[in-house]
Amino acid sequence: MTPKAHRGEIVAALAAGALFGAGLLVSGMANPAKVLGFLDVFGRWDPSLALVMASAVAVGLAGFGLSAKRAQSVLGLPMRMPAKGSIDRRLILGSVVFGIGWGLAGLCPGPALIAITTGSPGAIAFVVSMLAGMALFEWIRKRGSE
Amino acid sequence: MQIDWGAFTPWSALGGGALIGAAAVLFASLAGRVAGISGIVGGLLRPQRGDVGWRVAFVLGLLAVPTVYRLVGPDFAFQLDASLQTLIVAGLLVGYGSRLGSGCTSGHGVCGLGRRSARSLAATVAFMAAGVVTVAIVRHLLP
Repeated sequence: MTPKAHRGEIVAALAAGALFGAGLLVSGMANPAKVLGFLDVFGRWDPSLALVMASAVAVGLAGFGLSAKRAQSVLGLPMRMPAKGSIDRRLILGSVVFGIGWGLAGLCPGPALIAITTGSPGAIAFVVSMLAGMALFEWIRKRGSE
Repeated sequence: MQIDWGAFTPWSALGGGALIGAAAVLFASLAGRVAGISGIVGGLLRPQRGDVGWRVAFVLGLLAVPTVYRLVGPDFAFQLDASLQTLIVAGLLVGYGSRLGSGCTSGHGVCGLGRRSARSLAATVAFMAAGVVTVAIVRHLLP
């Protein structure tokens, strides 16, 4: 990768991260109580986050279609989108485990990072624990491949 | 089911969702990568040459907006009710589960569905269902 492309990648990541963060803030996803209100289908249900997802996916369906056929990104970087794979046990088991944690706290990884900026001790504990969970995954995978 | 109309915020939900979608599309078209937070953060725990900078940049961008917003604007709504013990357990489950399942709400729920991935649709149904069942148990079944 050329130094110029590498710099472009960094700037693109910074901009996309900022836009993503703004979206989480505006949408209400950054508020755990609102997320739990959405997941509380059997209680007093707040359907707002269904619209967040529908809106984000609609923009994605329009935008990803355009970039899908490209061999290289606009900045000349290789396209590294995930290849099509099968729906296996690992995918479902991991998603269920993730969903249980999401339902317990009302935080998923993006909003959890944003939550740190509030200085909430609970949010910091959650993120440290989340990083430990990710590190545990890497450790098990490394052991499995040896 | 009873809809909580008082809490329903359709316009900010649609607007915020559009920003999230735009971020994912921007990142894919400029950098050729998926804007999945668990993958971006998880990759930092397996650092490889030339693969760290963009991950750190994405996280810094993500943190910059709420940080600046808190400095200049009113506090944004944030209410975290779970106990410290629950949050520690939940964090472990979210971290491990999202890596095992190759994605979270952003990677599968936004990028994957936007890319018409059947795997991501299955993952999204699985984590949504697990989240709904967990909240139902915690709020309505446990004493």
